[in-house]
Amino acid sequence: MRAIGAARVGLLACHACDLLHRSIADTDASMCRRCGARLHPRKPDSVARTSALLISAYVLYIPANVLPVMETGSLFGAQTDTIMSGVVFLFVTGSWPLAALIFFASIVVPLSKLSALTVLTVSVHRRATWAPGWRARLFRIVAFIGRWSMVDIFVAAILAALVQFQTLATIRAGPGAIAFGAVVVLTMFAAETFDPRLIWDPIEERRG
Amino acid sequence: MNLSEGSTQRLIACRECDLLQRAVVLSEGGTARCPRCDAVLYRKVPDSLDRTLAYALAAATLFVIANTFPILGLDAQGNHTSTTVFGTVRALHATGMSAVAALVFATTILIPAIDLAALLYLLAPLRLGRVPPGVPVMLRLIQAVKPWGMVEVFLLGMLVSLVKLAHLASVHTGVALWSFAALMLLLAATAASFDAQAIWARVRVLP
Repeated sequence: MRAIGAARVGLLACHACDLLHRSIADTDASMCRRCGARLHPRKPDSVARTSALLISAYVLYIPANVLPVMETGSLFGAQTDTIMSGVVFLFVTGSWPLAALIFFASIVVPLSKLSALTVLTVSVHRRATWAPGWRARLFRIVAFIGRWSMVDIFVAAILAALVQFQTLATIRAGPGAIAFGAVVVLTMFAAETFDPRLIWDPIEERRG
Repeated sequence: MNLSEGSTQRLIACRECDLLQRAVVLSEGGTARCPRCDAVLYRKVPDSLDRTLAYALAAATLFVIANTFPILGLDAQGNHTSTTVFGTVRALHATGMSAVAALVFATTILIPAIDLAALLYLLAPLRLGRVPPGVPVMLRLIQAVKPWGMVEVFLLGMLVSLVKLAHLASVHTGVALWSFAALMLLLAATAASFDAQAIWARVRVLP
């Protein structure tokens, strides 16, 4: 059988249960006959939705890195930590494996996720045909690693709950944590609204 | 191409690239991948229903323990503090970080609880040969919540906190920390053995 997408021969798979259906003209109104999910040949408004979520994430990425994620009060005065200064602090105090881990999860992952989704969305919007296999793999990696950025939020939450010694030291989460959490959530939604099948559509069309 | 009901059933489309292909019969433990984009199409897990139910029951037990006992304790100059998972949510909420508190609550407590409850609701009756009402809704629910459960990321957060605090005070690991580690493995095993297509097939066979 020649490599061909289901949509090209008038078939569409249910996004929830994978059952194939023959598409009818008015697909918006049709439901999967097995599980009742609404049928779409492709995720609706994929490029527009992913772009909107990405732009919001870019905007919030600035306060996420500028505002403190953790505020420490102690006998020796107050100290605030941004994501980056937290990494530097870990590095300076000698726990460099941990510094590398947090650097990867909190800096490398969000940045590469934002740029990878941007490249994917722009290439799909422009109906690009280059390296579809590579772009498909890039999307799979992006969808898999995004969640790990949450680790810094969890650390701030745990430290805030534990370090509550009124006289010695108290730790609380800073406003940067809200922005950073929003970036993680927005990019996860962006990965969910992106439809990787759009990578392959222009290739099939060009071949005719 | 013949698109009659019979042949449509044996055709499948790749979830990630829409490539139309014929489903092949897999040997036990085998994985089918898309020839065009290399996405995993489906797996054949031996005794999928029994295994998934066993893992989910064990995971549910550990979930209760992991949420009941403290994850970490801290001693500094005669003061002792400890926290449970919900304690971290409360601490965030108490300092005006309600949005972050809600995010932590959803990803570490609510979503894993929904996931496990939906699995047990489906699998336990099926194991006894009965079909519970609302199978399609439950299967879609399990699929929808899957990316938002972050037990393994929270475990990493606990380990990072442990190392960070070790510089400042004496830290004790709680029962819940070890329960979380086991819970993470069991949730991974549950997800790996779960086979939605096998459930659809079983639901259709039963009256």
